[in-house]
Amino acid sequence: MSVKLVYFAWVREKIGKGEEELDLPAEVTTVGELLAYLKTLGEEYDEALKFPEAIRVALNQEHAHHSEKIAGVREIGIFPPMTGG
Amino acid sequence: MSLTLHIAVQHEDFDPSVEAARLTEGRPGVGALVQFTGFCRNEGGRLSALELEHYPGMAEAELQRIAEDAVGRFSLIGLSVIHRYGKIMPGERIVLVSATSSHRQAAFDGANYVMDFLKTAAPFWKKEHNADGSHGAWVAAKDEDDSARDKWVKE
Repeated sequence: MSVKLVYFAWVREKIGKGEEELDLPAEVTTVGELLAYLKTLGEEYDEALKFPEAIRVALNQEHAHHSEKIAGVREIGIFPPMTGG
Repeated sequence: MSLTLHIAVQHEDFDPSVEAARLTEGRPGVGALVQFTGFCRNEGGRLSALELEHYPGMAEAELQRIAEDAVGRFSLIGLSVIHRYGKIMPGERIVLVSATSSHRQAAFDGANYVMDFLKTAAPFWKKEHNADGSHGAWVAAKDEDDSARDKWVKE
């Protein structure tokens, strides 16, 4: 499955890019499995996602729990807890 | 009377009096207007600016979701939420929430509710620019902001 990943704040800085298109292996079916898979892609990913429980994820621009399925999702946002306002 | 709902995510500054007029002019049913304005602090001189990053598209969509929840929950007559992004200097405005209702409590609660959810769910992130030129840090999320949001869920 090909999907667009977008990164923000220190997740973006640590990974070193704002977005990318990735082909995901078939066994990556949930948000949690996606984060675990990304950590294997290189040191910068491993460092950015060192504490996956602290990472927030949005599927098609809506907040999602780590247990949610990613099948059919076009855009996945990955970012730290929000600090606006 | 039709509902007024206004959401904006922009770099430019905004004028609270314009939003007040948007929500009250020609609306004789409005009995209360509450406005909250959030500013960039200099933290005792330590900061020269804040850099606000946002998730384009999702920021607007999430503010819309929060605003619609607030309108339904507190029977607001009007609600306007404006959030800025980019480099913002100490003393400048960052966010404005304006809420109107028939009676004051709903407008106070509506504005408060929007801010509590905006802080914890709207995709914005602040990076500090230090006055001494040293490398600035990303602002960390606060547990008290989660607690402020959770009080609306427990009630």
